[in-house]
Amino acid sequence: MATDTAVHEDLHTEQGGEWDGGKAPFKASYGKLMMWYFLLSDAFTFAGFLIAYGTTRFMMPSWPVPDFVFSTAPLGIHEWFPGDKAPLIFVTFMSFLLIVSSVTMVRGVQEGHRENKRGVIFWMLLTIIGGIGFLSCQAWEWNNLINEEHMSVTRNPFGTHTENGTYLHDDGSESTELVEAGKSYLIHMAGHGHHGDHDEGHAAHADNFEIPAVIPAAGIDRPGYFLDQEGFKHRKYKLTTGPDAGSIAVEEFGPKGFGALFFFITGFHGFHVLSGVVFLLIILINVASGVYVKRKNGYEMVEKIGLYWHFVDLVWVFVFLVFYLI
Amino acid sequence: MATITTTPIYDEDSLIEEYGYEDHFHDHHHGDKYQSNFITHYIFSQDHKIIAKQFLITGMFWAVIGGLMSLVFRLQLGFPEESLAWLQPVLGKWINVNEAGIGTLDPQFYYALVTMHGTIIVFFVLTAGLSGTFSNLLIPLQLGARDMASPLLNMLSYWFFFLAGVIMFASLFLNTGPFSGGWTAYPPLSELPQASSGSGAGMTLWATSLVFFVVSVLLGGVNYITTVLNLRTKGMGMWKMPLTIWAFFVTAIIGLLSFPVLVSAFFLVLCDRELGTSFFLSEIFVNGEALERVGGSPVLYQHLFWFLGHPEVYIIILPAMGLVSEVLAVSARKPIFGYKAMVFSILAIAFLSFIVWAHHMFMSGVNPFISNFFVVFTLIIAVPSAVKVFNWIATIYQGNFRFTSASLFGIGFVSMFISGGLTGIFLGNSAIDIQMHDTYFVVAHFHIVMGVAAFFGMYAGVYHWFPKMYGRFMNETLGKIHFWGTMIGAYAIFWPMHYLGMAGVPRRYYSFETFDAFKHFADMNKFITVAAIVVFLLQLLLLVNFFYSIFKGKLVTTKNPWGATTLEWTTPINAGHGNWEGKIPSVHRWAYDYGKDGKEFIPQYVPLTEEEKASGDIH
Repeated sequence: MATDTAVHEDLHTEQGGEWDGGKAPFKASYGKLMMWYFLLSDAFTFAGFLIAYGTTRFMMPSWPVPDFVFSTAPLGIHEWFPGDKAPLIFVTFMSFLLIVSSVTMVRGVQEGHRENKRGVIFWMLLTIIGGIGFLSCQAWEWNNLINEEHMSVTRNPFGTHTENGTYLHDDGSESTELVEAGKSYLIHMAGHGHHGDHDEGHAAHADNFEIPAVIPAAGIDRPGYFLDQEGFKHRKYKLTTGPDAGSIAVEEFGPKGFGALFFFITGFHGFHVLSGVVFLLIILINVASGVYVKRKNGYEMVEKIGLYWHFVDLVWVFVFLVFYLI
Repeated sequence: MATITTTPIYDEDSLIEEYGYEDHFHDHHHGDKYQSNFITHYIFSQDHKIIAKQFLITGMFWAVIGGLMSLVFRLQLGFPEESLAWLQPVLGKWINVNEAGIGTLDPQFYYALVTMHGTIIVFFVLTAGLSGTFSNLLIPLQLGARDMASPLLNMLSYWFFFLAGVIMFASLFLNTGPFSGGWTAYPPLSELPQASSGSGAGMTLWATSLVFFVVSVLLGGVNYITTVLNLRTKGMGMWKMPLTIWAFFVTAIIGLLSFPVLVSAFFLVLCDRELGTSFFLSEIFVNGEALERVGGSPVLYQHLFWFLGHPEVYIIILPAMGLVSEVLAVSARKPIFGYKAMVFSILAIAFLSFIVWAHHMFMSGVNPFISNFFVVFTLIIAVPSAVKVFNWIATIYQGNFRFTSASLFGIGFVSMFISGGLTGIFLGNSAIDIQMHDTYFVVAHFHIVMGVAAFFGMYAGVYHWFPKMYGRFMNETLGKIHFWGTMIGAYAIFWPMHYLGMAGVPRRYYSFETFDAFKHFADMNKFITVAAIVVFLLQLLLLVNFFYSIFKGKLVTTKNPWGATTLEWTTPINAGHGNWEGKIPSVHRWAYDYGKDGKEFIPQYVPLTEEEKASGDIH
């Protein structure tokens, strides 16, 4: 319109074209901006959790070593590795899946800019598969931790030694197995087979001992181990260094916060991935039915969910860093 | 002085027609498509003006509830000997009536009242009722936008607030009473059901309600920020925005960054409560037995809480500051003094508000060396605050001041902000805080600076923009009685509390009768209670005035009754959804051209004259 142009030029000359109205700053539409602001606030929520994690962890005298805790993989794959331990192998695979799904997301957004519907569908489908794959891996990992290794939000069977010594046999005699400060252990529930149980000799020992049907509230104290009411077998060991050298100590449960924080934070992240998959599916259906073809805005909705998806990936990088690497 | 009418000295319609911005809004008839019937117009409305009214009236409802609660516990503090049996029909079993017929307030319920009073006033009245109301009303109107960036999310923002309110309201009627562990909800009181009767279901509902409340704040905040950045009309550069908009914009940013951290704390609290984790619990003895819940840190909760809690006080006060800046400039018929300094101090306050949170925790066992850091930044906040106070005073100095209800409350705001701000400097020192912590000195400080002051800013806004909201004026006589009574009464309530606090009288105590050191303050407590009752009754005057004026107030006859420069006064007196009937006005100058070039005021839509362009004196 003529008036429009006139006003435009008028403003341009008198105010250096400061603000034209109707156009978006940052070259982003309001929908995309809103997504950015939402992600910013969500980042602060996660930051709150991770700060809580850091605070709790560094208040504790010891913390389970991730290389030890996360050393199992499905299908007995960890048995292919030395010592039957595959430290961080499975979680590396999980993270790889998620990061690759970000790459496919980028391709989907790119195809959207090219208004190529088939391309968007193809790459979004791959992204969804990556997301579902990640969630499935997380489900296996949680199941393994909860049902095989008996970790829960209130109990953490992964402890870490702070002294050196040697383990005792069930009968109280000294074994050759060494206790080393800084090394983590898992307190097994008696009578359970474990994926994580790489100590065959010890497991053979365990077969010899009887588990009473009812364990008294005070637990059962034996020369070589302590059986608590829930059936966890806390092994005993003899200290060889430090001021208490020569005395007998019992394996204790690790800091409770480990289990609670692990399930809470990875769960909160997993919930984000799950919502992301649901939204991806909805948008995929819209793409396929041609809703965005009419809008002619370069599949902006795909770009918005893409922002969210990359954010969820980025958060995982931090979760991975603090839970698995450090 | 409700009769101030300024004859239009500009031919507004032709100026807007000539220079305005054509957005083809009315080509599509989507302006009112959501408002076809009563429900979509008045209840599930997506019009920002209706949503603003919803926030305001819901806020008023909560203000009455929160105010009444304070009266009940003030009665307990002022007249501990008197029978409260007459309250039994309302409070039921929370009034224990003995055989002689003397009724006393249940101590558990006293704590519930204190907790709920704080929660309701801080979140529901002064966050939702203040920022929710005026951000919604003024951001689109003053920026020249048809509505918010997303009217749908805006509507959801109100309804999440409403849902939060319903849950909180329900918790008042629980058999075990509402939450009673203080509005800060520190663990273990907020986590162990055996800690107090309100720590069970009461706390569950409290936390659930506030999670929904945060959703509401975030939906609103995302909308406000995006609208301010994206939907400004032609010519409305950031430096041409009225200070109200700057204040709402920065408030929304603060909320967006601090409320999520509160939510993370609440999620962890809910896990501790419902799943048995111990994020915030450690080494607690109940009835002589140690709990199994170990390994957490209650101080961690305090850090997470106050990372919101401190910015929250600026979420409350910044909108009031913005409203007062506008009202004072309009009333003084003078440009706001130091516009850019005002903006930069808003930004500075916002930044500093994020790095002072632990000044609430000097007595929580944080490292004294870390306290030093927080002391320094707390004291630095006094600088931008003082800049603002100086600018308000300089704005009204030698102005042609109109003493309307709105402007009186504006001046009252400045007075309260100075009085309350000064005591903040004392409390910000960790050394003095050791003496003052959790005494009535703190109560007096924050009630004056963020309670009364924020209410005054809100009242200034209500009286000033009522004509825009309802097309009628409020009664000025009632408004002035309301102002003078509240101004004197608020000081009568909170001034004596400073002395109580300096004498070490602790806050939140049910009774001081057994403390020899505090017994002689009984008369002072009586005085405070009487003043509180009078001030509360005066607020009913506002409610009467408000609702009476909606239907019977004097009609507004001109679009711009106060002679203001901003764009909201260019819309029709009763504007529909979409605000402007034709083009959106474009903006050529800042919002404060009062008394320039011999003209009383020059609205923002008036193009610059040749002389102005030549002089380069364009704001």
